[in-house]
Amino acid sequence: MQYIDEFRDPGKAAALVAAINDTVKKLAIDRDRPLHIMEVCGGHTHAIFRYGIANMLPPEIEFVHGPGCPVCVLPMGRVDDCIAIAETPSVIFTTFGDAMRVPGSKKSLLQAKADGADIRMVYSPLDALELARKNPDREVVFFGLGFETTMPSTALTVLQAEAEGTYNFSLFCNHITIPATLRAILDEPDLRLDGFLGPGHVSMVIGTKIYDFIPADYKRPLVVSGFEPLDVLHSVWRVVQQIAEGRAEVENQYGRVVPRDGNPAALAAIEKVFEDREFFEWRGLGSIERSGVRMRNVYARFDAERKFATPSLKVADPLDCQCGEVLKGILKPRQCRVFGKACTPQTPLGALMVSSEGACAAYYQYGDLEGLRCQSAADAA
Amino acid sequence: MTKQEPATALRPQRKMRDGINVAKVSLAHGGGGKAMRDLIDDVFISVFDNPSLAPLEDQARFALSDLMRHGDRLAFTSDSFVIDPLEFPGGDIGKLAVCGTVNDLAVGGAKPLYLSCSVIIEEGVEIALLRKIAHSMAKAAAAAGVAIVTGDTKVVTKGACDKLFINTAGIGIIGEGLDLGVHRAEPGDAILVNGALGDHGAAILAARGDLRLTSSIESDCAPVNGLIDRLIEACPNVKFIRDATRGGIASVLNELAEASAVGIEIAECATPLRVEVKGLCEILGLDPLYLANEGKIVAVVPGAQAESARAAMAEHPLGEGAAIIGHVTHGPAGRVVMRTHFGGKRIVDMLVGEQLPRIC
Repeated sequence: MQYIDEFRDPGKAAALVAAINDTVKKLAIDRDRPLHIMEVCGGHTHAIFRYGIANMLPPEIEFVHGPGCPVCVLPMGRVDDCIAIAETPSVIFTTFGDAMRVPGSKKSLLQAKADGADIRMVYSPLDALELARKNPDREVVFFGLGFETTMPSTALTVLQAEAEGTYNFSLFCNHITIPATLRAILDEPDLRLDGFLGPGHVSMVIGTKIYDFIPADYKRPLVVSGFEPLDVLHSVWRVVQQIAEGRAEVENQYGRVVPRDGNPAALAAIEKVFEDREFFEWRGLGSIERSGVRMRNVYARFDAERKFATPSLKVADPLDCQCGEVLKGILKPRQCRVFGKACTPQTPLGALMVSSEGACAAYYQYGDLEGLRCQSAADAA
Repeated sequence: MTKQEPATALRPQRKMRDGINVAKVSLAHGGGGKAMRDLIDDVFISVFDNPSLAPLEDQARFALSDLMRHGDRLAFTSDSFVIDPLEFPGGDIGKLAVCGTVNDLAVGGAKPLYLSCSVIIEEGVEIALLRKIAHSMAKAAAAAGVAIVTGDTKVVTKGACDKLFINTAGIGIIGEGLDLGVHRAEPGDAILVNGALGDHGAAILAARGDLRLTSSIESDCAPVNGLIDRLIEACPNVKFIRDATRGGIASVLNELAEASAVGIEIAECATPLRVEVKGLCEILGLDPLYLANEGKIVAVVPGAQAESARAAMAEHPLGEGAAIIGHVTHGPAGRVVMRTHFGGKRIVDMLVGEQLPRIC
């Protein structure tokens, strides 16, 4: 397939792996633990597993799967709020497919749908707006979810609804932002990260300048990466190269999509519709300052949080769940005490098991061959 | 596809009733009275036209001696069809209902002979649509060489079902000496498919319309009994055949690995996929290994016969894209691994629930 196969060339992959190996072998002389590279974005996690990238790399490199799956970091209290809105008579609740299985404290949207709530899967917020136009006697709520990648499209949909006067459309805003979260992770006292693969499509919107604090304040390299397997390998090579040369810089591997200043039109739409929340609650990570946005007052009539009564309760994560440690890279998914036992994709306890981009679901689905090999060796002994 | 000899008849002809001249099905058509008999006669019996069905008893009857001409064991299966949309590129619910049950018989090594057809119709469905679907069933049955010999019709109130549900059950006869089983795979066996994977799943996704994608992908819905005849003829030691319907080949391979307590390794670059299906999967973040097929089989044969099995399938119109996609390994038992084209390896696990499109 044109423009796809070029980025999956096995010959080029082998050359990159050899180059990474060379550099890492030189580094390993004065290291007593593997290099921990965090891929921030769930899309990268997915690519790493889908193409078997982790087991092409030398054991001196370990991926730590970051918080960049917006479905995974959604706290249970917000899911409960979704369900309360969805179960309001007259409401058509619309959502991206991923969010259907995220567990709330009592049920998921999928279960609420089975119980009779009118919940529909859409592929774009514009589909929700279209539903609102077609059902003027119903309230159509769109579950706005995601990082800066999806923010512009929801912002523009709200602006469109306002322009045409479709007032039975509203947004339940759960958008979150990447930079504040990265800072929170970097401030962790038990941080074990040596470098980052930066998110590609978030950066397409916000640009790369915004990450300058990472090398400046924390002396860690970050390479913004594309999502094709060669992109990921190339970015790993660039991170390793920086470490070998003693550099810590922001580099842009995904130059074909990401401009340094981001996308001004998208940023303007975000700025117009949204403002920072003082705090936003993340599953596993707790409350993070200025890490989420809400709708500005002028768009109050499109704000589902103001239109509908929601319980808005903070619900603690299940006690046994170690999503937080996994998100921070302290534990591998397999090391969590409930992984594959109480927590499986059929019955997810933690959200990392829900979305295909969640680290735990990826481990479960595509497997960690290296880990499995170790495990079967241990079992045999 | 070669038209096979229709199954044999048993009973005398019955006088047909009046045709129906309303546009839509109403509850009256399910009432058990004249309206129902007219609907059944006009829409179904007239096109399924075969002597077993015509007497309209409560059951079809077969002479055991006729059945035993084909082999020594009876195979019996049932499947329900609730697909949305009812019509899609490459087929409709009627064709699907016939092919699905024919294929479930054929993959066990049985020669499919007789089918039942039970329909549950939501009131308000257009008679013209029913006719079209009944025609399509008759055509598929003729292509597969089976007869639809008994059935049932129910009409339910609006909202009690989604337009039309069809259940077909089927019986077939397994030839002497054939022993196909999911527990029979052994290390060294080869794994084959008869062509490009995922067409049905991709066609249905595109046809649902909520993606606003136009595509040229057609469902692969087809009766594979002729193809399987060819395969068994060329490779009598074939160990296992399964049609890779819901859950795609990933589910079939996992069931096989588990039941036979073996490992399976397939190669991404050997796995046939249409470029359109690949493209749709790229856009939606879906994995083609999990997409449904309705005319594709997974077959396991001893390694030494892999090439002759492939060549035999490739001679049949439904096997033009036949390929050896992998082999059975010593294990770990139950694990299916794919060697990616990119050079890595990954586990291909069972799918949990439905594949949901990713958001970003």
